This record gives sequence, C-alpha cells and structure tokens, in this order.
Amino acid sequence: MKPFAPIAALCLLAFASVSQAADPNLGRNLAATCANCHGTNGNAVKGSGMDALAGMEKAKILQKLADYKSGDKPASIMHQIAKGYTEAQLDLIAGYFAAQK
Amino acid sequence: MMLMKRRDFLKVGAAAGAMASLYGCAGGGKASGHVVVVGGGYGGATVAKYLRMWSEGGVQVTLIERNPTFISCPISNLVIGGTKTMEDITVSYDGLKSKWGVRVVQDDVVAVDAAKKTISLKAGGAMSYDRLVLSPGVDFMFDQIPGLNNADAQSKILHAWKAGAQTVALRKQLESMKDGGTYAIAIPKAPYRCPPGPYERACLVANYFKEHKPKSKVVILDANEDVMSKKGLFTKAWTDLYKGMIEYRNNSEVKDVEVGTNTAVLEFDKFKADVLNVIPPHRAGDIAAKSGIKLINNRWVDINWLSMESTSTPGIHVLGDAIFPAPTMPKSGHIANQHGKLAAAAILNMLNGQEPNPEPVVMNTCYSFVDAKNVIHVSSIHQYDAATKTVQPVKGAGGVSAARNELEGKVAMGWAKNIWADMLT
Repeated sequence: MKPFAPIAALCLLAFASVSQAADPNLGRNLAATCANCHGTNGNAVKGSGMDALAGMEKAKILQKLADYKSGDKPASIMHQIAKGYTEAQLDLIAGYFAAQK
Repeated sequence: MMLMKRRDFLKVGAAAGAMASLYGCAGGGKASGHVVVVGGGYGGATVAKYLRMWSEGGVQVTLIERNPTFISCPISNLVIGGTKTMEDITVSYDGLKSKWGVRVVQDDVVAVDAAKKTISLKAGGAMSYDRLVLSPGVDFMFDQIPGLNNADAQSKILHAWKAGAQTVALRKQLESMKDGGTYAIAIPKAPYRCPPGPYERACLVANYFKEHKPKSKVVILDANEDVMSKKGLFTKAWTDLYKGMIEYRNNSEVKDVEVGTNTAVLEFDKFKADVLNVIPPHRAGDIAAKSGIKLINNRWVDINWLSMESTSTPGIHVLGDAIFPAPTMPKSGHIANQHGKLAAAAILNMLNGQEPNPEPVVMNTCYSFVDAKNVIHVSSIHQYDAATKTVQPVKGAGGVSAARNELEGKVAMGWAKNIWADMLT
C-alpha cells in the first residue's frame, strides 16, 4: 500500500480543488446546530442550566470539546455529540461562539 | 379589514419578488424577497426566525399557522401523565412578531400554485411568494383503520399525537378510568413521528397509575417487531419501575377498532381496553400532497438535502416530519428545528443567486421521561455525503444514556426552554 500513498494524496488534492468552495457562513451554520440546547448564537436561556457559549474564549471551548471527545471530561451527552463533528468544524463553531456577545 | 391586509401582503410580496429577481442576478449583498412559511411548529417557526435574523430583516417572512399558539409535542406526555400542565408546553407567537418582524397569520393554506408561486388561504384570498416553505407535520391515515374513519370515533378513541385538545382529552379519560382498568396504546409501523414517544407515554401513564390507580395496567400494542428506540433503557424501566404493570406486545398492528366497546382489532385477535389510545399510521401533512410535489410511497416528501427543496418542484422547501427521512434520522422536533436552519441558510443563498452550503450538518437529541424525574436520551449527528446525496449518521458518534438518571431530567427541561426560545423568541 505504501508506494501508492503519494498518488492517493494527489488524488485527494485534485478532488479538493474541484469540489465547491466552503460556504462563507459555514461557521454560523454549524454553530446553529448547537443552538437548540445552548441558545440562539450561544445565548442560553438564563436559569436553564445549559452552558452559554456566546463570548466564551475560543481556546476554552475547543479544550472543553477535546476533553469531551477524549472522555477526560465526564458528560451525559456531549461526549457523544462532540465526536460527530470534524476538528475543522469544531474550530469554526468555537470561533463563531467566541465572536458572539 | 382582513381583506385589505391580505391585499397588502400580495402587493408587498409581489414587489419583494421583483426586487429579489433583480438581486438574484447581481449576487452578493443582502438577501431580499418574500418567503411564505406554512406551519408554525418546530420546523416552521425556526425557519421563520432564522430567515429574519440571518438576513438582518432583508427578507420578508409570513408564517401561516392554524393554531393561535405553539403547543409542544415534546414534554406533552408529562401533561398526559399529570405532572405538567398545558400552560407549561404552550408558547406564544408574539416573540416572532415583535422581536423578529415575522408576519404571523392564523389561517389554513388550502392550495399551492407552484407555477404562479401563490398560495390560497382558507379564509379567502391569496398570497404570492418567492420561496415557499412547507412545514406541515403529519396527517393521519384514518382510512387504514376503518372504524376510526369518522369524527365521532375520533372524538372517543384518541391519538393525542398532536399536542393540544387531544392531550387534554386523553388526560381526562385517564382520570375518569376506574382503578383496575387497562390503558392500551397502539403504535403504527415505522416511520412515525417521535419513535420513543409511545414508550415514554406508556411509562408516564404507568407512573400515574402507580401513584393513583395501582391495580391498573398499561398494554403496548406495537405494530413493529420490536421497541423502536432506546430499547434496553425502556425495557429496564418497565421491569425496574413498573413490574407487572406494563405489558409489551410486538407485531400487534391495529387493523380496525370497535368504538362502542373500546376494542382494538388485531390480525388474529381483539383487545378491549378501558382507555384505548390509537396512533394511526401517518403521512406528510395534507398540504404537501395538495401542492403536487413528489412524494415517496405516496406518503413522504422527497427533498434535496442541500436545500430541503422538493426534488420535483423548485421554489418549495419542505421540513420536519413531512419529509422522507435520511438514513436513521428520526422524525423529531429537534430535527425539524435543524431542518429549519439548513433551509434558512440555503434559501438566503439562493435568493442571493448563490449555491447552498455544500456540506450541511444536522443533529438530533431526544430526551424521554421514564417517570416524573428520570430521563434517557438518544443522540445522533448527520453529515452530508455527496456520494449518496443525503445526510449520513456519523459512525462512532451519538448514542444513548448509560442509564436513566435525574440529571438528564433537569437537562431535558433545559433543552425544552432553549429550543422553544431558539424557535420563538
């Protein structure tokens, strides 16, 4: 398999270049999938017991998500949800929430 | 007065349409146009709010909903079980109007003209749109259960599968039932709205009986081969919490009912109950079929997963329980809300002359109460897959609760408060 690895990488590159460009609102759209529980734009309803993510430092959000993924941070559900997104998607989500007020 | 209003809508809609086509060619800039949304449930209310929010008020949105207020199906089993009230699951549409500038019209849509891009209202008049969103939920196939195919029967043998008057009526039937009686719930073959809902209802009715009518029983008549969701967690709750009270019967499809005696007619058997709760098979809400868009199996709307747009009819997007589901995707309020956001993003791009986001993601979370405090969940994440042109569940992600627990009982109510706010305020 090894000798073919560079070819595979080239194919991937070629595929990436012909695939459509990312949507400029991708971070917004991805973060909206979290809003059901964490509130519109990360503004959770006060007193609802859910983490408000709006304005939270990006590195802090990413660390929490990484800890959920690895199992270092115990959770009822977030360990299952964090695994459903790619690292690049989590980065966009964390960046979007950090920029919200 | 009302007529004037509708004429105004028509005028505004047409003007906005002309503007949209101008902007449509230009590309870029802020989206504009008139979007009509039919149905103000989890999908429709969400798409209405997000279109206004993400277009910063550039897109006009009219939401047509037959009910005066939003009443939630999720949490409504707690009203049937007697630990929550209708007030707890009712939210006003005022936030959509005053905060987000959505025009909310209480009416029914009776026809769609996809070629002219207009809809007709039950109270009379028409409205034009640049894009139409149908979020009509489900309607019941009463013709599959002949004895239930009339209004009188439907007022006696309830489904309570749309929250509202039937929720209250089923609660009253349970309150009036004598101790030592039997409550039977009949589940249709999948796919149906809210896969774990019937099993949750069985738990919460048993919870009520345990405290108030301890000699009574709950029987689940399931048309399916097995428990459709959270099986291990539900069956454990039935054994641990309601031993001898809940009986589960698989492959027990209700073919007919005898209304006078509250009897469910199965293929080889009959079952008489004191309270008989039959959830008939369902299909996409009637307006979907009336609008002429393509249905799969004559029941569910075929959509394009990049935009939630009908595969047969450009300009009409469909959300929520009415669509033919993606692999393993449940018909849930949470998923309908996610459809609403996917559609809002796509519609704004399309009104702007741009392609929809090529890599959408939707996710589901569903909490079920097994008693007044303990909850179990199921979750899943679905990413778009260009090869299969649908959203596929992410392997290794999602899952169910390790065990029922009170912490998730609190989280479930937090979920409800946040999703209602995400849709409506």
